[in-house]
Amino acid sequence: MKPARFDYARPVDLAAATAALMDAGANGAAKPIAGGQSLGPMLNLRLARPSRLVDVARLPDLRRVEEGAGGVLFGAAITHAEFEDGAVPDPTPGFLPRIAHGIAYRAVRNRGTIGGSLAHADPAADWPTTLAALGARVHLAGPAGRREMPVEAFILGAFETALAPGEIITGVFIPRCAAGARFGYRKSCRKLGEFAEAMCAVLSDRARGVHRLVVGATEARPLVVTEAAGLIADPAGIDDLLCRAGLGGDPATFRLRRAVIGDAIAALARETTPESLTPSMKSVAP
Amino acid sequence: MVGPHMDEHRVDEQKLDPQPAKGRGVGASIPRKEDARLLEGRGRFIGDMRFPGQLEAAFVRSTLAHARIRAIHIPAHLKGRAFTHDDMVGVKDILAKTGLPGFRVSAQPSLAHLKVRFVGEPVAMVLAETRAEAEDLAEEITVDYEELPANVDMLRAVKPDAARIHEDWPDNVFLVSQTEREFDGRLAGAPIKVTREVRTSRQCMAPLEGKGCIAVHERHTEQLHLWTSTQMPHIVRSGLAECLGLEERRIRVVAPDVGGGFGWKGLLQPEEVCCAWAALTLDRPIKWLEDRREHLIAAANCREHHYIMTAYAQADGTLLGFEALAHVDAGAYSVYPFSACLEGAQVVSNLPGPYNLPAYRCRAYSACTNKPPIVPYRGVARTGVCTAMELMIDAVARAAGREPYEVRLANLVRPDEMPFTSITGKAFDMGDYPESLRRAHAMIDHAGVRMRQARGEPDGRRIGIGYATYCEQGAHGTSVYHGWGIPMVPGFEQCGARLTPDGTLELRLGNQSHGQSMETTLAQIACEVLGIDPDHVNVVHGDTAMTPYSTGTWGSRSAVMAGGAVASACETLGERITRIGAHLLQAPLDAVRIEEARVVGPAGSVSFWEVAHTFYRAPQNLPQDADPAGLDLVAGYRPVVDTGTFSYASHACVVAVEPETGEVEILDYVIVEDGGVLLNPMVVDGQIYGGTAQGIGTALYEEMAYDEHGQPLASTFADYLLPGANEMPPVRIAHMETPSPNTRFGQKGIGEGGAIAPPAAIGNAINDALADLGVELTVSPMTPRRVREAVAAARAKGAALATGTARATGGVS
Repeated sequence: MKPARFDYARPVDLAAATAALMDAGANGAAKPIAGGQSLGPMLNLRLARPSRLVDVARLPDLRRVEEGAGGVLFGAAITHAEFEDGAVPDPTPGFLPRIAHGIAYRAVRNRGTIGGSLAHADPAADWPTTLAALGARVHLAGPAGRREMPVEAFILGAFETALAPGEIITGVFIPRCAAGARFGYRKSCRKLGEFAEAMCAVLSDRARGVHRLVVGATEARPLVVTEAAGLIADPAGIDDLLCRAGLGGDPATFRLRRAVIGDAIAALARETTPESLTPSMKSVAP
Repeated sequence: MVGPHMDEHRVDEQKLDPQPAKGRGVGASIPRKEDARLLEGRGRFIGDMRFPGQLEAAFVRSTLAHARIRAIHIPAHLKGRAFTHDDMVGVKDILAKTGLPGFRVSAQPSLAHLKVRFVGEPVAMVLAETRAEAEDLAEEITVDYEELPANVDMLRAVKPDAARIHEDWPDNVFLVSQTEREFDGRLAGAPIKVTREVRTSRQCMAPLEGKGCIAVHERHTEQLHLWTSTQMPHIVRSGLAECLGLEERRIRVVAPDVGGGFGWKGLLQPEEVCCAWAALTLDRPIKWLEDRREHLIAAANCREHHYIMTAYAQADGTLLGFEALAHVDAGAYSVYPFSACLEGAQVVSNLPGPYNLPAYRCRAYSACTNKPPIVPYRGVARTGVCTAMELMIDAVARAAGREPYEVRLANLVRPDEMPFTSITGKAFDMGDYPESLRRAHAMIDHAGVRMRQARGEPDGRRIGIGYATYCEQGAHGTSVYHGWGIPMVPGFEQCGARLTPDGTLELRLGNQSHGQSMETTLAQIACEVLGIDPDHVNVVHGDTAMTPYSTGTWGSRSAVMAGGAVASACETLGERITRIGAHLLQAPLDAVRIEEARVVGPAGSVSFWEVAHTFYRAPQNLPQDADPAGLDLVAGYRPVVDTGTFSYASHACVVAVEPETGEVEILDYVIVEDGGVLLNPMVVDGQIYGGTAQGIGTALYEEMAYDEHGQPLASTFADYLLPGANEMPPVRIAHMETPSPNTRFGQKGIGEGGAIAPPAAIGNAINDALADLGVELTVSPMTPRRVREAVAAARAKGAALATGTARATGGVS
């Protein structure tokens, strides 16, 4: 379990990173690395064999946080632990620390980054589903310049994204939620910290009129319902939703997903208003 | 090297003399002496070691479960770096025969020869300066295989038409073990007849530290030194000597710190033979460290059992008889020294467990399959048989309409029957099995749980309660093992004891402590006998050059056997100390005694320091007829009755089950354990906690699945799930201490027990939770998917029954 040979580059800015990724000497097989919490094991198992790793974890562009009235743009290299610890501003009423707290284990959270999680696009990871539910937008930079798109457009399938050659995620913009917004999140994991077998995130932000529901862990791109008010009011439509999405097959998995989606919707009602939470409780999942 | 740690242990008489050792002997929960070293990172494991000129090995391993090797292509530039079976001229295959009639011998080559028989089997060894480079080179080697049908399911592997794994065998069966006692046709008329099929899954032992070794050719002594992560250095030496054709004096085996074994380090490993051969051949130190991927693939080697059982009982659940057909998946080879058949044979002898069975019939097949060879894992066959038997007891209870714990109580061997010989001839030494169950029943608040169950849970989950009772034979002696005819028979355990010139004590033992806390508990025994503080005792273990022969640490034997040996050695040493002390005190021998590391006479006392100082450094002060044997000796021990100790326990647990998601949460877990006299209760609790965590893994998480070609489906911990800290419920332990009449201090072996009962207790609790749905799971681990599928199957059956009933009644309501 030792990686195959690779070169390592730590560029000082975005332009240099793009150049390092595109450099002909790297045979086009260069890969960016930030926290390495997914890529590291793949390297060790020799499932990933890049000729060069371009370390983007310390790029100033990827470490910045820009807070605005409409939301917060987080640099892609912000770690799960920084969200968990409240070290960065939170445009939601406490959702981000709560989700971050439930990602894998603290050792993984210390290094793993939000951008890395999106770029890896594991269908069972927490951020892709959560960010799709929050209506977040991915900011990209590459040889052709900068662009941005919604998370659900960025993730094309299991471990498949819209990233073009040489392109990296620079940040994620998360729109500001109203104070009374609620977030129902449920995942079923064989053990704490493992990837989910089924997961669902629901955002109900009445003040903004935003109701989104996302089903993750689908072994494909997340199933995103952008107008979910009806489903939230009447979860009976879950079966139909799953069947139409082609998730009606294996009965045992179907029942698990149905239960998990139902739980996530039910959690909206159970959720305590964030104002009543003490800071320490904010990071604890209900 | 004198550092702060050395300073602390510098001995001066001042400190030695008044140190009260009282209360630090047998029965004291003193902190572990080894913890400072291990917790501060000062431990030394194979991975920490490096020798000048060392090369590291990577193994090319079989990618197929069953195939003929057509050719192994090694690029020319790897000459002298890559080796196959053909290179290891003169090295013998690993042979672990048994004396059991009908046993089929499998020869295990250290590198595959002509055939590969499981995915992960070593085919070639590649050496380089670093492991990473060795892995790079290993990728350049290609193997041409002619794939053969893989024997994946042991039930099919034993069929006559299955592809032969060892081609000179008539079928794929290592051994059929069987017994029949008092079993006759009248049982067919028993009021209760319950038949079930139970299956447990293949597991990896997954110690914190993987296996590893460094072989060093020590030219100056013409010796091979094998530093290896092992539980049994002396056995490895014997096995290695046989394979390499060396005299044993030419081999020294040392186990440095070993980070857990659980059985995986209780064998001679093909990789050890390869490294040893290469070290001698190339005259360079050769290191191999098992990585997780290798472990999960090539060492998925335990726990896979299958049972079809029928219990015969009276209407109240009192057992009248029991019969079973069992299969144990023994993998491709017979491992040294335990063989492929220990597990299958133990299934036959241990299935009746702690119960008084009037009639019994059992046949167990040790099936040869295209999987890694079976190695006895903590609990050995007992985890499987306990799961099988305890699920059956609950099934009988349901048939009888009684509480399962009541049916257990009715069938457990009673204290007034002790000592008791079980239907398979197991000699239960002493204990009150029913009382352990009654206490567990009280601790778990059975009535309260039943009330809560009746009320229902606000979150819609279902609550269940489950029990399991077992007894654990430990410290098996000669009379138990000689019958197996395997390469190793435990007999006399020995201990070297030396009073150093400053009056401190060195103990030398041939077993190995890799988590059992023996550096502490064996020092406590010295304290008990000699009154010397455990801090002034060094326990040296795991080195064939330093220690007397021992079969090592396995089978919950060290507390009894090594503990007994330490007591014998300290007693003999005490007599010699007393004689010198009496002379120094000018008192008659019968007027002096040892107390608190002093020889005390009628008119004064002398310290061990004075005794030792006199013997070593001022012998002129000894009488002319002083015993020249001195204060350094080896003494031995064997229990008068060597059929083993029987610790026992009842586990009880409460679970919550979500029938839609299949998720299981353990809400409460209690253990009432009788380990006889506890040498160090804190250490015993630690052993029980650790074992229980592994048992929870067996119950709910751990499973190495294979596809139809024999490819393992997990190669990382993301796919092979071990329970973590979050999956461990708070476990409440209560002790009963019934001394064993057969051991030095009344202690019993308890090292494995925690891992035996959890799958049974948790399985019964899950089934109890889902009983009204008609769900009964009999396959472990009881994963969420298995729970969901069982719930769905029960519902489908219920729906079909309802339809059937409606049809039968013509649809008229």
